[in-house]
Amino acid sequence: MKYIFALAGNQNAGKTTLYNALTGSNQHVGNFPGVTIEKKEGQIKKYKDASLVDLPGIYSLSPYSMEEVVTRDFLLKENPDLIINIIDATNIERNLYLSLQLMELSIPMVIALNMMDEVRASGNSIDVKRLSDHLGIPVVPISASKGEGISELIDVVMKMAQSQDKSIRKLDFCTGEVHKAIHSISHLIEDQAREAGYPLRFAATKLVEGDEPTFKELNISENQLHIINHVVEDMEMKLEIDREAALADMRYVYIEKICEDTVIKKQETNEQIRSEKIDKILTHKYFGIPIFIGIMFVIFWLTFGLIGAPLQGYLEEIIGVTTEYVSDLMIRFEVNDLLHSLVIDGIFAGVGSVLSFLPLIVVLFFFLSFLEDSGYMARVAFLMDKLLRKIGLSGRSFVPMLIGFGCSVPAIMATRTLSSERDRKMTIILTPFMSCSAKLPIYGMITMAFFPENAAAVMISLYIMGMVVAILSGLLLKSTIFKGEPIPFVMELPAYRIPSRKSIILNMWDKGKDFIERAFTIIFLGTIIIWFLQSFSWSFNMVEDSTHSILASIGSVISPVFIPLGFNDWRASTAIITGLTAKEAVVSTLSVLTGASSDLQLSTAISTIFSPLSSFAFLTFTLLYMPCIAAFAATKRELGSVRYAVMTAVYQTVTAYVVGMLVYQIGNLIL
Amino acid sequence: MTLDNIKPGQGGIISSIGGHGMLRRRLLDMGLTPNTKVKVRKVAPMGDPIELSLRNYVLTIRKEEASKIELKEVFSI
Repeated sequence: MKYIFALAGNQNAGKTTLYNALTGSNQHVGNFPGVTIEKKEGQIKKYKDASLVDLPGIYSLSPYSMEEVVTRDFLLKENPDLIINIIDATNIERNLYLSLQLMELSIPMVIALNMMDEVRASGNSIDVKRLSDHLGIPVVPISASKGEGISELIDVVMKMAQSQDKSIRKLDFCTGEVHKAIHSISHLIEDQAREAGYPLRFAATKLVEGDEPTFKELNISENQLHIINHVVEDMEMKLEIDREAALADMRYVYIEKICEDTVIKKQETNEQIRSEKIDKILTHKYFGIPIFIGIMFVIFWLTFGLIGAPLQGYLEEIIGVTTEYVSDLMIRFEVNDLLHSLVIDGIFAGVGSVLSFLPLIVVLFFFLSFLEDSGYMARVAFLMDKLLRKIGLSGRSFVPMLIGFGCSVPAIMATRTLSSERDRKMTIILTPFMSCSAKLPIYGMITMAFFPENAAAVMISLYIMGMVVAILSGLLLKSTIFKGEPIPFVMELPAYRIPSRKSIILNMWDKGKDFIERAFTIIFLGTIIIWFLQSFSWSFNMVEDSTHSILASIGSVISPVFIPLGFNDWRASTAIITGLTAKEAVVSTLSVLTGASSDLQLSTAISTIFSPLSSFAFLTFTLLYMPCIAAFAATKRELGSVRYAVMTAVYQTVTAYVVGMLVYQIGNLIL
Repeated sequence: MTLDNIKPGQGGIISSIGGHGMLRRRLLDMGLTPNTKVKVRKVAPMGDPIELSLRNYVLTIRKEEASKIELKEVFSI
């Protein structure tokens, strides 16, 4: 690749929409090294030799948040040829704050002034030419959602990248005391900045600001530190304000001056006025929360009911027909029985059952992308924040947890919209404690056998138990692994906008593709392993009856482990293992292993395995233990590491064991 | 007077930002700098966080964070 461009900008500035408009579908999605922050790279349309890296949405280049550090590192160390900085024209002051910091990096830069259509439609205006003159860099007005100005933007960017003249006009926007401090420090550290590959101006500003990473990267000596402190303290004293505030203030004062000269604002934009009206209802003191619950209810109903369920049914039918067809074909060609079993009972049954969830995922993400892109998710965080704060999370984590009641897989995938890495990790760990819909058949089976009168009460108690365990876990994690200052809850509430169709479709496509990829990799592997264990004996002969399989013997070996939980039956422990392919498999395994051919027989058989109390301990364990392979794969993907995913699974399983044991032991004392 | 003490519909001019580290920097970065005009638009249904408007956009912060923001002038809109 000849040119690498970086796309930077605030959250909600339309960055993703612009990225999609610039690159089309030719994207590569990965993570930035060492963190769970998504890194997208794509080829610029019609320019095979230019690729665009989408940087996280940030407001500043402070050293505090992961997203900001990743952006800094990328810009300083990967040396992109040019930065495309997207700015929300309706919110220009705060957006330019990041621009001023990016400009200090001495990387050629072009500003894409987004949402200019909204500014104009509201009777306001921005003098683009003057703005460009002030900043000394090209400014291209665009509307990313309508596709306006995109080709002009590409032209300007390519022209700038291809030009030989790479000199960047130095922008001196600091004044008075700050100016003095930056310049005297510049002289002091010139050589070190060059060695560390830091642009001088950026380095000096960061040192004045007291930016820790810069001090380290530049190897600032004891002596220099002393001088720097002296200079900066002198500045602080004269300005009567501390260093961080002084720099922020200076940038904003400069921006205000530019805006006075270039922005004519007669009124709020139509979108801002409309948003205020919509918020009168959606974040209303009394109606806000009920409306949110109503919206989620409708989404669940549509996803898992009206739209998703029939689609899932069709897909299952297609998979079923295909399975039969392949099976017949294999039999006709007298394919070896073993291979036949591997393909049909292993791959088709395993991957097929997971794949049938695809419609649910795609439908759910249609709605979630809509809520996210419209700006409503930020309101959900606003409404629900107080509830989640106690366990060290913010309101943003509420939606993934709620989706967890449907299915952990999309819930874990949905954590990607959380802006804090810490919150994202914690939410991924806690979400599977929300009882997913695949566990319902297990509850149904047990309640039918033991608690037919109180089925509803038992089920509700399980849902509540999941939430209580999540809360306690949150408290535990908050004070151990995720100790330290939580990310402050300082969040923009963007104006409501109608999401772009392209963004929603691309997001659905991404999630669907992601899921299919996993179905054919980790899930594929997992189901083959389970199939193998289920179909073979220790002498590696195929077994007719799965009671003689390796799986069954593993089941009997680990069975005593569950004695403290009140059950010790190889069929129960085997079902727990097969439940890893999909939680419903607990039911099918138990019916296969007990030889039950009807629900009634199953109930009778189960009552020989458990006592009422131990059956509840069993339910507790299945509720809480590590999620199915599909969810595990999603965890691995989102945490970006097998090790963390395994640790998460172990944590969940140990929690399940401890809680199950407590249920049985305490129950025993009371009953 | 700090920002958490004023009611929805009231506004003020910021005199200083307290707190430290990430939180303080974040508030400054979002444009809550001295001499900035800020209005309180709303309080969330459960009493916290609050919704602010400043620099032509809408921001939400918790009351705890708002208590770090000192105002020099308070007015009703």
